[in-house]
Amino acid sequence: MSETALAKSTTSKSSISTVNQAELDKFAAMAEQWWDPSGKFKPLHKFNPVRLAYIREVALEHFGRDGTKRRPFEGLSMIDIGCGGGLLCEPMTRLGFEVTGIDAAARNIGIASAHSAQSGLAIDYRATTAEDMVKAGNKYDIVLNMEVVEHVDNVPLFLKSCAALVKPGGLMLTATINRTARAFALAIVGAEYVLNWLPKGTHSYTKFLTQDEITSMLKREGLQIKDRCGVTFSPLHNEWSKSRDMGVNYMLLAEKPAQ
Amino acid sequence: MTGANKGTRTDPYDVIVVGGGPNGLSMAAALVASISDISVAVCDKKPFAVPNDARSFALAAGVSRMYETLGLWDRMTANAAPIDHMRITDSDTPDLSRPLFLSFDGDVVPGRPFAHMVPNRDLMGALLDYARDRITLIDGAEVSGFNGSGAVAELSFSSGDVLKASLVIAADSGRSKLRDLAAIGTFEHDYKQSGLVTTIAHTLPHNNTAFEHFRPAGPFASLPLSGNRSSLVWTERTDRVAAIKALSETEQARLIENETGHTLGEVTLLEPIQAFPLALRLAKKMIGPRLALIGDAAHVVHPIAGQGLNLGLADVAALAELIVGALRNGQEAGDPQMLLTYQTWRRRDTALMAGMTDGLNRLFSNDNPLLRVARDFGLGVVDRLGPIKTGLIRHAAAAGGTSPKLMRGQVI
Repeated sequence: MSETALAKSTTSKSSISTVNQAELDKFAAMAEQWWDPSGKFKPLHKFNPVRLAYIREVALEHFGRDGTKRRPFEGLSMIDIGCGGGLLCEPMTRLGFEVTGIDAAARNIGIASAHSAQSGLAIDYRATTAEDMVKAGNKYDIVLNMEVVEHVDNVPLFLKSCAALVKPGGLMLTATINRTARAFALAIVGAEYVLNWLPKGTHSYTKFLTQDEITSMLKREGLQIKDRCGVTFSPLHNEWSKSRDMGVNYMLLAEKPAQ
Repeated sequence: MTGANKGTRTDPYDVIVVGGGPNGLSMAAALVASISDISVAVCDKKPFAVPNDARSFALAAGVSRMYETLGLWDRMTANAAPIDHMRITDSDTPDLSRPLFLSFDGDVVPGRPFAHMVPNRDLMGALLDYARDRITLIDGAEVSGFNGSGAVAELSFSSGDVLKASLVIAADSGRSKLRDLAAIGTFEHDYKQSGLVTTIAHTLPHNNTAFEHFRPAGPFASLPLSGNRSSLVWTERTDRVAAIKALSETEQARLIENETGHTLGEVTLLEPIQAFPLALRLAKKMIGPRLALIGDAAHVVHPIAGQGLNLGLADVAALAELIVGALRNGQEAGDPQMLLTYQTWRRRDTALMAGMTDGLNRLFSNDNPLLRVARDFGLGVVDRLGPIKTGLIRHAAAAGGTSPKLMRGQVI
């Protein structure tokens, strides 16, 4: 999955950048259909509930919030890096988070802003990069880094920036695709060529990262891995669900120790 | 229109249910019982009042578990009668020595009858009682327009009022106005049969047993009520109905004694026989933008298996589970992806039940001797194959694997 990722992070005129211009253009072209569950982003809409449920579950537990409340996360801040059209930002705002959504593609930010205005939700959308947000000195209770790293050029720099945005005692969630033969078969051959779920060229196998690679980069930035799980698609039930199988899609939960 | 918050609310509701019958009120109850702070309104053309009729519904085991889970079951069971056994036979009316083809005893769901007969007035009484201080009830509300294309659905009424909601649910009967306004068509089949219903007292005990007799004119079912009383549902070719209704009550009682093979002894009618035409009517879609259809608005099936309301309440349990899941995830009640999931989930069950009841009716409403041998043989075989029989009955009791959580006794 992974288009939400849209253009991950950054462009920026700084000398070192993690943005990849070709990736960014590709997603901007698809962005208008972002909110149509039967349109080009159909697989992402189907995928969305399992990510939303995981974020909610780990945030409730970590911050000790009451899950029976309609807005359990009042008073907590969140940044969604590579927010695309806002498929995560809007639900998270409804759950009470004060949400900042950033995307390197200005067009996505335009779409996301227009949609959130329609929905009557206040979300701080910015066409910028994780690197620039770090420079601005902001920190957040939760950093979302969902389906982004596989589209980024300089992954160590990108993860360093993401980690710097986490408040001490805060969380970072990373979701991406594993670099396994099965991931190649399912996420590229299956999703792009057989099922036509995703436009051909959405993913590049060599940009996939194993959980060990991401884990070691996060540890280097001082984060501790708290949980990891897979996300698998059941053709029988025609839906995605959390699983122990991390061979294709997976999510990592990391904490920045408080001190 | 009148209602608790009517005229004072400018924010959109999460959910507006159109139709204040058992499906609509159960839908609203399942939502407010499961998630705090949800805003739900139910509107109806008519006043919200407990009906004063003698109808009873056979509520399947899965449905009773849903009401238990919602804390409603004990409020509606003062006069409920369990159905512990089912006997299915096939014979002509004069045939007093009925061969017994299919019998069900006992626990499909351990420790639980297949179904309970619950009087309509107790069911509606419990639902209205629960709704009054938890749900906005708006009566005198005749829907005149629906627009689901915007960021919020707009529901207009003939009074000129407009209400807004993230999701509108049509529970306004088989002749759903809301379904028509949303331009959702239907597939229809006229069975050229009428359903007849009444309630009887009888001299012999029913032993908590439901009987279903298949006859050429259509099935005849007696369902046990509390005491020596039973609810009857049977079908006749529409051209015979007038003649039956023209009989005196004593003559009608003799006719019923024959139909029941005198197993219930001497019969007295407790209310006049009512007749209604039977049709299969399936909505071509169960959803539209910011719209979901439930119950008869989505599907009217043949009453042969007594599954109409149970099918509707399975819609309720499934849709409530999905809406609550969406809201917990921060999504809207009218989330379009969630609605697609609802349609996919319920279509399978609806098509199965519509096909099954339609097929049963065609198979049994026929005097062809070859068919009769085939069905006698078929039912006899089914009776000897435990697992198949259990599967059939489990489906009827809504205890299957794809059942919504509420029907499996789990909170949502």
